[in-house]
Amino acid sequence: MEEKRNEYSALTSSNNSLAASLKEDSKNYDVKKVERNAKIIKIVTSILTYTFLILLAIIVIFPFYWMLNSSLKSLTEYQLTKPTFIPKQFVWSNYVEAFTTANLGTLFINTLYVGLISTLLSLVITVLSAFAFARLEFKGRDSIFAFMLATMMIPGELFTITNYATVTVTLKWGNTFTALIVPFLVSVFYIYLLRQNFKQIPNELYLAAKVDGKSDMEYLLKVMVPLSLPTLISITILKMMGAWNSYVWPRLVANDDAHSLITNGLRNAFSDNSGQTNYPVQMAAVAIVSAPLFIVFICLRKYIMKGVSRSGIKG
Amino acid sequence: MVDSKQQWKAWLYLLPALILLAVFTVYPIINTVRISILEGYKPLAAIGGERYPLGIGNFTKVISYKGFTTCLTNTLLLCVLTVPISCFLALLVSVCLNSINRLGKVLQTIYFLPYVTNTIAIGMVFAMMFNIVGLKQVNVAEYLSTGGQYTIYNIYTDVNGEKWGFVAQSWGIINNLLQLFGINPVNWINSGGNINGGSSTYVANIAVMVVYIVWNALPFKILILLGGLQSVNKQYYDAAKIDGTSRVRTFWRITVPLLSPMLAYVIITGFIGGFKEYSSIVGIFGEGMGPSGNGSLQTIVGYIYDALKTDSYGTASAASLILFGIILIVTLINLYVSSKKVHY
Repeated sequence: MEEKRNEYSALTSSNNSLAASLKEDSKNYDVKKVERNAKIIKIVTSILTYTFLILLAIIVIFPFYWMLNSSLKSLTEYQLTKPTFIPKQFVWSNYVEAFTTANLGTLFINTLYVGLISTLLSLVITVLSAFAFARLEFKGRDSIFAFMLATMMIPGELFTITNYATVTVTLKWGNTFTALIVPFLVSVFYIYLLRQNFKQIPNELYLAAKVDGKSDMEYLLKVMVPLSLPTLISITILKMMGAWNSYVWPRLVANDDAHSLITNGLRNAFSDNSGQTNYPVQMAAVAIVSAPLFIVFICLRKYIMKGVSRSGIKG
Repeated sequence: MVDSKQQWKAWLYLLPALILLAVFTVYPIINTVRISILEGYKPLAAIGGERYPLGIGNFTKVISYKGFTTCLTNTLLLCVLTVPISCFLALLVSVCLNSINRLGKVLQTIYFLPYVTNTIAIGMVFAMMFNIVGLKQVNVAEYLSTGGQYTIYNIYTDVNGEKWGFVAQSWGIINNLLQLFGINPVNWINSGGNINGGSSTYVANIAVMVVYIVWNALPFKILILLGGLQSVNKQYYDAAKIDGTSRVRTFWRITVPLLSPMLAYVIITGFIGGFKEYSSIVGIFGEGMGPSGNGSLQTIVGYIYDALKTDSYGTASAASLILFGIILIVTLINLYVSSKKVHY
């Protein structure tokens, strides 16, 4: 078996010479015909592959295109029996109307505030605990860490029930930003992610810093944090996206106008699902809400995709 | 070397995380289990010192409640439909993406776009695309006599005894596209109507949800599977080529086995996510969880939150533990199957 595999790899490494030897070996074997057939099959498969991929890409993009298209139409044009694929007249005022109808200004500021504060605090907590788990030695370190990882398996709904009681009844944080920020500051997954990153930094650096008389904190801030910047950026983006997309918890604990976040505001402002909805304005609002995520994605695609592929967490 | 100073310092670094975890993660696990076996628990009264009898009343209440069966069926149906479809599609796309040389990066970015969207917001876009557009008022008798064949909504009789109703002006972009293929327009998500069919059917509602959930689930799965494919050693394929193995056989005998750890991961997370389906339905149907808010598409998670909103802590806890149990069992089955099939 092993021999065969070696043979294969030897063969593949000299693919060209193989083709050449084949030509020489079999005179009555129509090499040209075989080559041509193989070429035709290759072209047909690649045409099929590209058709499938591009068709699917169109399906994936279509909702975004239709959202923008509809958001720029007048209501009469939108209701035409035969839909237009480019607005006859661009009605930019839909965006202005959307902004005022859904009170998007306040919602933006609220969401940004909650997102920024929770990201900042969360980063501090994550860095500190990841450092302790990666570099410091203390009793029960591994068992605490294992326990923390185990809690990740439990569905979030189970926590939500008690947390809802804790936050609204015991702590009386109902309708405050605190209720939106504090319960989600610690993410076991981010601690895990950063700890893995910290562990890759060679211990010699730590010892060298110790010899130089640097404190743990100085080492953490001057060496470890800069070295794991990509992970920290991934965490920041995912956390901000989380604030932007969170819906269930804000609806439970802070649903008044002064504290509601963007997703709730959007859903509540346009709850009518009958055929008479003013869809152009609604789509303008959706486009405004989606735009920041898109801009962030285009600028920081690499970090987002890397972070997501390691986390499997939406937002 | 573990000196006491470092011990003390380590705990200091961990302090904020541990306090928050204790309050918002560890305590809830214990407390939710406790609430689920207390009958009629109310947190405010509990602080006041009220005591509650122990019992499994919450669980029997949840299970015997008729609406809960609906939630269970909806959740299971969506899971069983969306997980295989999205996994298979994602596998197909990743294999195709891996085999091409040009446009790969661009296509990959496009496929990832649904991931960076707001589930609720884009749900509203899908609702719009499936929805009929604008109703126009018609005289029922006149409309029917002129051969009108579309559903008439919200029929009413005016003072002269004439019947009036509303018909759709346009059927929405999805129906328009389907009409190109000669398919009759379908009422996907709307309620209402008394003549010629009327309210949208359950099958149509579920179809819309499946389309949206699959669209939403693809990016993550493609990302993981493509990552797996790119790390597969090319030599296996070269060997198969030399042996003259057919593409289909290469796919089933080389690609799938080598990719099986990632496939298992994608399937398991798909099922876990599927059992927690909630906000995608809110995105399309609103919090009524069904056409005209009739709750016909309610899911387990939706049931939990509804119970919580009405302060029924006991039933919410019981339902969440049942959900946990279901997820645990399904995950264990998945792990058992993959331990037999997965090739690490």
